[in-house]
Amino acid sequence: MSQAPAIAFQAVQSVLVVLAAPLVLGWVNQCRAWLQNRSAPSILLPYYTLAKLFHKDAVIAEHASPLFRLTPYILFGCMWLAAGVVPVLATSLPFAPAADIIALVAVFALARVFASLAAMDIGTSFGGLGARREMLIGFLAEPAMLMTLFTAAFISGSTSFTTIVATLAHRELAIYPSLAFAAVAFLMVLLAENARIPVDNPTTHLELTMVHEAMILEYSARHLALVEWAAAIKLFAYMTIGFALFAPWGIAEAGDWAALPLALAALAVKLALAGAGLALIETVSAKFRIFRAPEFLSTAFLLAVLGMLIHFLLQG
Amino acid sequence: MPATGLPIAADRLPGAAPAFLAAVEPARLREACEQARARGARLVALWGSDETVRGAGFALHVALASSEGLLWLAVPLAREHPRYPGIADLFPAANRKQRAAYDLVGIHADENPDHRKWLRHGAWPGGTFPLRKDFDPARRFPLAEDRYPFVRVEGEGVHEIPVGPVHAGTIEPGHFRFSIVGEKILRLEERLGYKHKGIEKRFESMTLDEGARLAGRVSGDSTVAFAWAYAMAVESACDAAPPPRAAALRGCLLELERIANHLGDLGYLGNDVALAFGFFQFWRLKEDLLRVNARAFGHRYLMDTVVPGGVARDLSTGAAAEILTALDRIEPEVRRLRAIYDEHAGVQDRFMTTGEVTPALAAKLGLTGLAGRASGLRRDLRVDHPVAPYDTLGVRLAAADAGDVAARAAVRFEELFESARLLRLLLRGLPDGPTRVPLAPPAAGRRGIGWVEGWRGEVLIALDTAAEGRIHRLHPHDPSWQNWPLLERAVLGNIVPDFPLINKSFNLSYAGQDL
Repeated sequence: MSQAPAIAFQAVQSVLVVLAAPLVLGWVNQCRAWLQNRSAPSILLPYYTLAKLFHKDAVIAEHASPLFRLTPYILFGCMWLAAGVVPVLATSLPFAPAADIIALVAVFALARVFASLAAMDIGTSFGGLGARREMLIGFLAEPAMLMTLFTAAFISGSTSFTTIVATLAHRELAIYPSLAFAAVAFLMVLLAENARIPVDNPTTHLELTMVHEAMILEYSARHLALVEWAAAIKLFAYMTIGFALFAPWGIAEAGDWAALPLALAALAVKLALAGAGLALIETVSAKFRIFRAPEFLSTAFLLAVLGMLIHFLLQG
Repeated sequence: MPATGLPIAADRLPGAAPAFLAAVEPARLREACEQARARGARLVALWGSDETVRGAGFALHVALASSEGLLWLAVPLAREHPRYPGIADLFPAANRKQRAAYDLVGIHADENPDHRKWLRHGAWPGGTFPLRKDFDPARRFPLAEDRYPFVRVEGEGVHEIPVGPVHAGTIEPGHFRFSIVGEKILRLEERLGYKHKGIEKRFESMTLDEGARLAGRVSGDSTVAFAWAYAMAVESACDAAPPPRAAALRGCLLELERIANHLGDLGYLGNDVALAFGFFQFWRLKEDLLRVNARAFGHRYLMDTVVPGGVARDLSTGAAAEILTALDRIEPEVRRLRAIYDEHAGVQDRFMTTGEVTPALAAKLGLTGLAGRASGLRRDLRVDHPVAPYDTLGVRLAAADAGDVAARAAVRFEELFESARLLRLLLRGLPDGPTRVPLAPPAAGRRGIGWVEGWRGEVLIALDTAAEGRIHRLHPHDPSWQNWPLLERAVLGNIVPDFPLINKSFNLSYAGQDL
């Protein structure tokens, strides 16, 4: 098979992820508004916000180092890379060998480190506060995330996304109890990593309660746009990781153009359902105290480990 | 008419509120306060006045609440170097008021360890006192740098977070200086006064009629309470009483204001724990009520409805029926929402034991109003010293003892239901008759007291008239004065992200305190 169609597929996916990520965010916000008895803003609102931010002049603190300016681009790049590696539309993408699931977690960690450094770079108290909380959540979320991914990796015998998805998607329908545990753990990690309720509140204006928002308070204009966009891509990437692991049906093989419409339709349906589900979780939950985060994430870790143990018990 | 239960001989002031006036020499001030405190009295307000235009010096005024009623101590001070013995050790709530009285009138409290400025920032220089009669209100000063020595906390890992006065949300300006270790709050120091507008000075250029509008704007969310207290003070100075229909309508207005504010606060409490569902439901109900207000009284927040002598607008039978229908619509929904809040594990986890003020601490530091009732201080002017129309309603007091956010939310729910009950009683039994009586301008030097239980707590207006129906000195007191210092204590040992929730559970007024 020639590489050209696969590369075209990779290009389609990479562009699609960047362009569609704000739409998913808009959809989640719309669902939240409906669930709260409000008339919802346009689903395109995140795009308008990004366009507005790109048109503004950036204000940067006097004491900011180049790191502060550079971080939005690093964040955007990391998230884009991550979204390119995850089999969103197709498996066997040319990018896929660039990173397996362990490297993927490392890419997210790299983004987190830079975001935290940039938050502390300015020297405001809120930046430091946010960075500290982000690190607390991050260092607990990463092991839980890895354990979740390992559960899937054990089933397919590989840490490569392509192999995992190919194994899970093309097998006969079988119920994996281990994956059920891993799915719950993954959902918990998704909420924590993407600064969603109940771990963080993406819509709050209360500086003292913020985690992710506190870190980016000093960003404006194009920098803020990139940071926000990166956050949208991160949410998109996490959702599609979830689909790849737990609901891989409909995914295409790179270069198989005939399967692309089905893959796109399946992706749209899955994203719509996941977005509505996320909005539902966020509507019925209250944000917990920051010190509940360790409990929450160690529960996620425990569930992921249980999933692994069950896998070994059942595979015997 | 001297009253028997008071610590010192005092004369009953005319008017609805049970208020007594006594002149006390500075040397006997502490003795009088000690005796009053021994009988369970608490400090309501403290302010200064310039009496030089009357041929005297300055004066200190202390308002104490006792079981008999309000005791107004007037303490004459010398024209040169006016000083008095401070009472902040007896009543801790006096500290900031003594400092404010110095900033505005230049009367000095001795033996007060804290002599930092309070209301003065950089707008006028030290040594200039805006509330003195020889101060020209049109005078402007170059904006000076504002230096305020915060108390520093030192130790391993301790650092400060300055928050405000400009906040990320649409709230009033105030500065909060946290000293924290990790996420734990070791100390909070407030710096208020950013909204100082010189309201008291403005009153002195007004007639009693004009003052009613300004009184309703001291703290916008308590406009009925302030306007009623003002009307009560003017009626007290004129020795007049509002007609029965006006008194009943004032009761309706005050309870509508209470319900609207409690609905808003309960929504905010939901929002601060990220339960946006609660926020939007409660604010939908509040909006419903505000629109009913607008149709019935011509103003969503009921401004300028209470005026000296009665009320400015009568309530039609149709509008009264509409309010009753609105109550029947809103109250069952609030009961359902209360069940949701009470049964939501996440909400209760955030509310319970957060921002605790024990009853002992509350009593010692003089917590008042709604927050006081949530900390076991069973005081409500509508119950303790009911004026018409409350004297015939049998108001049931809502209270809790836990003193945490959950208790303050519970008291709000209970008061909301009680207000709905009172409104039904009032609206179904509205007496007929006029809604306003004309008031003859009082002579100069008449005193009047207005004392009203607003939704936040007791609002006091103390009035001293000048000739030709004008105001010599008027002090509007908001209960936030007493409660702001308690917020500093309530957050101790809590974590930083819980501060907004604790703050909102008190929901104190900046404008009412900054004057």
